[in-house]
Amino acid sequence: MSHFLSPVFEAGFFESDAVRTAVIVGAVVALVAGALGVFTVMRGQSFAAEAFGDIGTTGGSGAFLAGVGLLGGFLAFCVLAAGAMELVGIQRVRGRDLATGIVLSAALGLAALFLYLDSTIHNTTGATITVLFGSIFTIPDSTVPLVAALAVVVIAILLVIHRPLLLSTISSEIATARGVPVRLVGAAYLLALAVAVALCALSIGSILSTALLIGPAAAALRLTNRPGRAILAAGLLGVTSVWLGIVLAYDSYDWPPYGNGWPVSFFVVTIVFAIYLLSGLPGWRERRRANRSGDGSADGTADRWANGAADAPMGRARG
Amino acid sequence: MSQAPSADRDGIRAGDPGSPGHREQVLSVMGVHVRLAGRTVLEDVSFELGAGELTGLIGSNGAGKTTLFRVILGLQPASRGEVLVAGRPRSRRNPLIGYVPQKFLLDPDMPLRARDLVALGIDAHKFGIPRPSFARPSRERRERAEEMLAAVDALDFADTRVGLLSGGEQQRVLIAHALIGRPRLLLADEPLANLDLRSADEVVALLARIASEQQIAVFISAHEINPLLPVMDHVVYLAAGRAVSGTAEEVVRGDVLSRLYGHHVDVLHVHGRVIVVAGAPGERDLAGHELRFPEAEAGEGDWAGGTVEPGGAVEPGGAATVGGAAGIGEGGGAAGAGEGETAP
Repeated sequence: MSHFLSPVFEAGFFESDAVRTAVIVGAVVALVAGALGVFTVMRGQSFAAEAFGDIGTTGGSGAFLAGVGLLGGFLAFCVLAAGAMELVGIQRVRGRDLATGIVLSAALGLAALFLYLDSTIHNTTGATITVLFGSIFTIPDSTVPLVAALAVVVIAILLVIHRPLLLSTISSEIATARGVPVRLVGAAYLLALAVAVALCALSIGSILSTALLIGPAAAALRLTNRPGRAILAAGLLGVTSVWLGIVLAYDSYDWPPYGNGWPVSFFVVTIVFAIYLLSGLPGWRERRRANRSGDGSADGTADRWANGAADAPMGRARG
Repeated sequence: MSQAPSADRDGIRAGDPGSPGHREQVLSVMGVHVRLAGRTVLEDVSFELGAGELTGLIGSNGAGKTTLFRVILGLQPASRGEVLVAGRPRSRRNPLIGYVPQKFLLDPDMPLRARDLVALGIDAHKFGIPRPSFARPSRERRERAEEMLAAVDALDFADTRVGLLSGGEQQRVLIAHALIGRPRLLLADEPLANLDLRSADEVVALLARIASEQQIAVFISAHEINPLLPVMDHVVYLAAGRAVSGTAEEVVRGDVLSRLYGHHVDVLHVHGRVIVVAGAPGERDLAGHELRFPEAEAGEGDWAGGTVEPGGAVEPGGAATVGGAAGIGEGGGAAGAGEGETAP
């Protein structure tokens, strides 16, 4: 078996502790990211995830400087950012918002200082790469229980709020009319998102964290018509991306420049991107529309596009 | 109540001949006042809705329609007055009320089939994992969703993404979503906005059918009265926060609406449609004489502390409910004209 697969899995792949940790952490994080990502894309809040990534950079670089765990830094700053967003009012935190841009730039500026100090004081040039672009092979074994615990927290939050969250994502007016505490549900979701971004940042770096969160989810939304299946598909696509990335990165030790290996995050993000492109192939969309039976009836076919729904961009503005 | 136009509210209802007092009251709005940011939005609004009836809430933008809906839904407290739903004080999360919001446009990327959205009407407001299990109740849910989809003629597109449906189709799916919880009262906020004429007629006919078949009260807000005329049992006409209610014949009259608006309003009947034309005091007619509004002046004492600003509710010199062009090719018509007559 291992002989048969030897062209794919280089020698020592299954024996390496680093690889084992990476495979476990990668899978757990990808599943969490898939579930959260589907809601994030549906709610048009990918910008919030992006913002958490930026602010998480500050936390991660600060943690590196303080000599505490990277994940703790990501987590603390992402959760603080979620709290701040909730205080300011989620609706107002948007990409086009000047104040948001300035705050995020300031956070990244602080990260630049921390990373500079990291590399001068600790004399480790790897800090910048590890924080910004991650390295799933360098995650210490001791972090695994924390990753698992955080994953459980995120999934638990999602299980509790998934129905009201879906309803308020569809229409906050309907949800409000039916007694859903829309703001509270939104805050719980934002907290879960912050934790998920911190987990993604640990795996593939703070700058790239959104890729794992949004990419598989966006692809999944194109492939299925049902929210539950979209979450499942996003999780599977995410796990596929991470595992494939790990295998390729391990293999790349034999690629030029020899003996170093290419960054695993590069592979993961590239695979996510490829999956997203593939999901946009025309065949999928056609199949989805063909689901509409009785297409011969004049009803609706003419005015189906009248309201522009078909052309609305993904993640339209809300609120 | 003591106010002139609403005095004939219940007595002369044409809706149910023979048994005037026998109607089952689903909604009673009694003397509701609402003030928002120091402005009076609703002033002594009173009316009742009975089971099996379709009632239109007519008023121009800013007349207070959405506020009134929010009061009924329990989202907006009334500073005075009372709202009873099926005889009981209203509350938030009232399962007796189904609600279809205004301007609903779902993202086409939302992975949600029409039947999923309908089924969400059962329990999507609840926290936690559905009980007793994922598998067991799914058949009953499916059947109920199927039944509701059939009730709104939406079976043809039950498996299509909601975001890919037309505005009229989305309305029907939303109505099914609201009905699946078996409400006694269905509120639809401007369901005809953004719909082409034929879709609007279909939605109106559907709502009328639902009201009589399921014996629930259907309450539709609209800024345009004509699409509702063929099917409407009663009308609640709202202007500048005040309301007058009754049958269309009782309410949509020059004298009644002039009192409501506080200045002269003409109601024209053209080819079975109604056109409400308002002038504002101070405007001049073609000969250059200043318009006078004897009805408005005479009626002014009837409104306690009348706060209506001249021309505030109705665009001065314009039409209150029907724009000039709206009379052309407006489908339906009071005489129940068939679809064949609808101009493209």
